[in-house]
Amino acid sequence: MRLPYYPGCTLKTTAENFEISAIASAREVGIELMELPRWNCCGTVHALARDDVMHYLAPIRNLIRVEEMVGEGLVDEGRVVTLCAMCYNTLKRADAVVREDEEKMQKVRDFMERETPYGGGVEVTHLLEILKDLGWSKVADRVVRPLEGLRVAPYYGCLLLRPRGFGIDDVDNPQILERLIEALGADVVNIPFKTRCCGAYHIVQMKEVVAELSHRVLDQAVDAGADMVALACPLCEYNMGSRQEEVKRLFQGFEPVPVVYFTQLMALAFGLEGATGFEQNRPDPRPLLKERGIPLEVS
Amino acid sequence: MRLKPENASFKAKVAELSGESLDLCFQCGGCSSGCPMTEEMDLLPSKVIRFAQLGLGEVLDSKTIWVCSTCFTCEVRCPRGIDIANVMEALRELKLRSKYDRVSLDSLDPEELRELPQIAIISNLRKLTA
Amino acid sequence: MMDTESDMVTIYVMGKRYRVPADLTIMKAMEYTGHQFRRGAGCRGGFCGACATIYRTRGSYKLLGALACQKIVEDGMYIAQIPYSPAEKKTYDLDKLRPEAGVFLEHYPEIARCLSCNTCTKACPQDIMVMDYVQAALRGDVEEASRLSFDCLGCGLCAVRCPAEIVPYNIAQLARRLHSRYIVGPAEHVLRRAREVEEGKFEEGIGELKGLDVDELQRRYETRM
Repeated sequence: MRLPYYPGCTLKTTAENFEISAIASAREVGIELMELPRWNCCGTVHALARDDVMHYLAPIRNLIRVEEMVGEGLVDEGRVVTLCAMCYNTLKRADAVVREDEEKMQKVRDFMERETPYGGGVEVTHLLEILKDLGWSKVADRVVRPLEGLRVAPYYGCLLLRPRGFGIDDVDNPQILERLIEALGADVVNIPFKTRCCGAYHIVQMKEVVAELSHRVLDQAVDAGADMVALACPLCEYNMGSRQEEVKRLFQGFEPVPVVYFTQLMALAFGLEGATGFEQNRPDPRPLLKERGIPLEVS
Repeated sequence: MRLKPENASFKAKVAELSGESLDLCFQCGGCSSGCPMTEEMDLLPSKVIRFAQLGLGEVLDSKTIWVCSTCFTCEVRCPRGIDIANVMEALRELKLRSKYDRVSLDSLDPEELRELPQIAIISNLRKLTA
Repeated sequence: MMDTESDMVTIYVMGKRYRVPADLTIMKAMEYTGHQFRRGAGCRGGFCGACATIYRTRGSYKLLGALACQKIVEDGMYIAQIPYSPAEKKTYDLDKLRPEAGVFLEHYPEIARCLSCNTCTKACPQDIMVMDYVQAALRGDVEEASRLSFDCLGCGLCAVRCPAEIVPYNIAQLARRLHSRYIVGPAEHVLRRAREVEEGKFEEGIGELKGLDVDELQRRYETRM
């Protein structure tokens, strides 16, 4: 099945590993992710102010691209798949607002005079939702290397689950990543802080606060016996993964904890070693994987 | 509750911009207890709502509204269905729309700018600049 | 050019009304009315970007951009010149850069404020997809940003209109420089010719020309193939 795919800026740079592993593992379960042509940055956050129109242009423009793809027969459905949790939330919320607010929709259409008006027929979804709909047994069927003995703590962050009505799963105790991890043969380490904010954009100017918040989550995961943390947001991955040097500096005795995207675990379990993207992760998860008896043949 | 005209008009602006019913809040503190950023705040989130209910414009001078990370934990916890993060954004907007930038671009470290994922810079500037 | 009434149109130059021949460009029309260009005129051939102009036409709310030396006047046109649009070009050492998104964010962090509103594209007199190249740079797609901005003259109309206060043509210039330096690489044919010159391949020919008198030079020039 060919589905439209919205990458978001970061998936083309610091989160290339997310994209590579997602495209390969989605293909394995029969989903061909077709990148939107001429897509633009979605804006990263939803514009909450009631009178805002300007910040709707970016996300709605992308939804128009989806409708164009459908019209040209390049995809099988108008269900756009996102990987980045922030893009997911931004596109979904903007879509919901214009569908309800006729006046805003009209203003957006008038302003974007050079575009075909957005018809309101796109469904914004996240890859995890697609996998859930497909059925976990279908995912388990593709596993050639069960991740036995690997203890993974799922981390959701904020925008996959909140605010109410826009989450991919239950707000208080989501289980979608847990089911995926089990389907891949690994052990789930459930931690209460799996839905706690990592500090998000405050990494730009409040680095130490983000380090503190990241430390709390990582510490809890390690205490509960996790080998690594699996997540779905490139900003969370950056804050909790790439910036672990900061955490180490502030917290004595902190040992690096690998942080990976859920799609990277999928690629590994599916035997798609060339598409895991692990070489881009900081800290490097490969030594730990080797220790657990899941070495990568292709380094 | 009868407010002075300037307080009433400030409250009305916040209510209009956010679309939230501020008077529903009965100060249970659920939002404050769930908020991950309280250690960096001067006013607790529930206090911010109280200020807004009373139309006290000085809430715009608080550190709190800029420290909020828009994680929506408060929104899911509120027993009255108020989106506190939304109110925070309305307060930020009221300040930003009067030609105020919380962060100036030249204060950002060029090396950081080179290494940070775009998502971090874009969302940071969206929340903190006009 | 006929000066009959029916071939004249009304234009407003910075608020003042004039009647000018209908087939003139904005630049020629302004000179027809006695304005002298000390700034805002350059090649007069649509290539240098000096004569950036914004205008509206009677009855339309649209604010449009054009090059004064290229755009023909219309009846009811309200014209203002933008001989200079404020912009700071950041200093960088091309040798020390890489063709990545981070380079744009480092030097022009305001690029992160792009709203994808497309106002820049609408303002461009060269029909460039300005928003698309800014977005390409933000993604780190230096090649695409370079390719799309090829026709840019740096006229500044996009910069004046951008609500996020980005100067798109600075982004484009950096993209093209990165593209040619790090992706395309040096122009082999130019380097080869330079080597030939240094090796003295053209010494004899030039020496001969230097020895000719003016009439012979003239004759040779006129009969060149």
